[in-house]
Amino acid sequence: MIMLKLSKYVLYDIVRSKVVLAYTAFLFLVSFSLFNMEENSSKAILSLLNIILIVVPLISMIFTTIHYYNSYEFIELMLSQPMSRRKILLSEYGGVSLSLLTGFLIGVGIPVLLYSPDSVGFSLLFTGVSLTLVFTSMAFLTSVKARDKARGIGFALLLWFYFALIYDGLILLILFNFSDYPLEKITLVLSALNPIDLGRISIMLKMDVSALMGYTGALYKDFFGSGAGTLFTVGIMLLWIIVPLWWAMRVFKKKDL
Amino acid sequence: MIRVEHITKKFRKLLALKDINAQLEKGQVISLIGPNGSGKTTLIKAILGMVKPDSGKIFFDNALINGDPSYRSQIGYMPQIGRYPDNMKVGQLFTMLRNIRNVPEDKIDKELIEKFDLKKIFDKSMRTLSGGTRQKVSAALAFLFDAEVLILDEPTAGLDPLSSEILKEKILKEKAKNKLILITSHILSDLDELTTHIMYLQEGKLEFFIEIGQLREETGELKLGKAIARIMKGEKFNSEWIGKMFLVKDEKKFID
Repeated sequence: MIMLKLSKYVLYDIVRSKVVLAYTAFLFLVSFSLFNMEENSSKAILSLLNIILIVVPLISMIFTTIHYYNSYEFIELMLSQPMSRRKILLSEYGGVSLSLLTGFLIGVGIPVLLYSPDSVGFSLLFTGVSLTLVFTSMAFLTSVKARDKARGIGFALLLWFYFALIYDGLILLILFNFSDYPLEKITLVLSALNPIDLGRISIMLKMDVSALMGYTGALYKDFFGSGAGTLFTVGIMLLWIIVPLWWAMRVFKKKDL
Repeated sequence: MIRVEHITKKFRKLLALKDINAQLEKGQVISLIGPNGSGKTTLIKAILGMVKPDSGKIFFDNALINGDPSYRSQIGYMPQIGRYPDNMKVGQLFTMLRNIRNVPEDKIDKELIEKFDLKKIFDKSMRTLSGGTRQKVSAALAFLFDAEVLILDEPTAGLDPLSSEILKEKILKEKAKNKLILITSHILSDLDELTTHIMYLQEGKLEFFIEIGQLREETGELKLGKAIARIMKGEKFNSEWIGKMFLVKDEKKFID
């Protein structure tokens, strides 16, 4: 109960700062214009996917990090009250992720429901929601670990850079160098090690474009198209949310404030 | 009421607290004094559970403080620098803390809210407040729940003389209720009329923890500042700091 109360105030503070409103408006404008520009809604979804995979993790991380450092005194105030550290961190997480999720679901959810209310649309929303939670969770970890704001934002950017850009380069390098070996299963594992890739693959395979990916694409489609594949995607995403948050909690509990 | 046993805390290379032992009881008003960086705030934060000591134990009412935050419902804390969520309104801050503490209406102490006239700024957002007004809000929050233990970190710094007097009167009132009050301050003249015990920290070491009557007797000085200076000269402490303290005091007299 107390946690919900606290989250409410965190949420209120965030809404008043208007950053999330701008984020919502941005997503809404982009989604609407893409759906209106492209005649084929699956083409629009593909373009939207590429934007979401870059923007959602970036905004989630930067916003969470800045919010954390800005609420440092608030956390301190709460700590002088009869509140456990676990509750404080979880209500901060609840408030931040809820506001980002609301922004995403309004900004992208409404256009998708209007223009493409099918399985591809819904898995796009699922990916966006998961990525928001995953990167909020990761940002909490880096902010709790880093000593000051500059380092915190630096770390967050580095992680985003790694997951959004560098990781794909590394995978391509591996695939290129070991192209003589059967790599399908390994690439499957490698994709699970990056939530952005996981999100991308699970949507791509719901679309016709998977036909373009040859044998690997067929194998992927077999896997991700099945019930077990869906379960796998959801499970791995959950791990990506829970593990960093749990780790952040461990650090936060021992931290001097 | 609060027992501190062998508390040691290091911040990287800096030893902030060295093997501190103390027993604080109800009815005491303890002045925690010492130069800047002597570990006063660190000690307070350790008692509040904000700083985790490297070794040693802290007991509250004979129960070890370790993880369970419920003991803090008996503490009212006024931080040195009270910073609050920028977008929150003053009134909301009060309702939020009352929500969290869940204290019945008749146990709420609104005296400082009224005396500082905070009602009229209830719909202002925290961002717009001046340092002194924030300090008033912090003070009102610390006293709001009629807590058994009051911890005040530099309570009068930044307050105008009138508000400072109001706060001192309030502290005296709470002292009469047999509460444990822990105050840090650099303005020794402020502490003169309040204090029952002096706790002196230097470079993280507890140099002495003494009853004020005893201190006066031993030094033959009635004024707290002079008495401490005596002790320090006698024991060859760093008396430079206390000299500055007098300067501040004399300046104050001049203004008065």
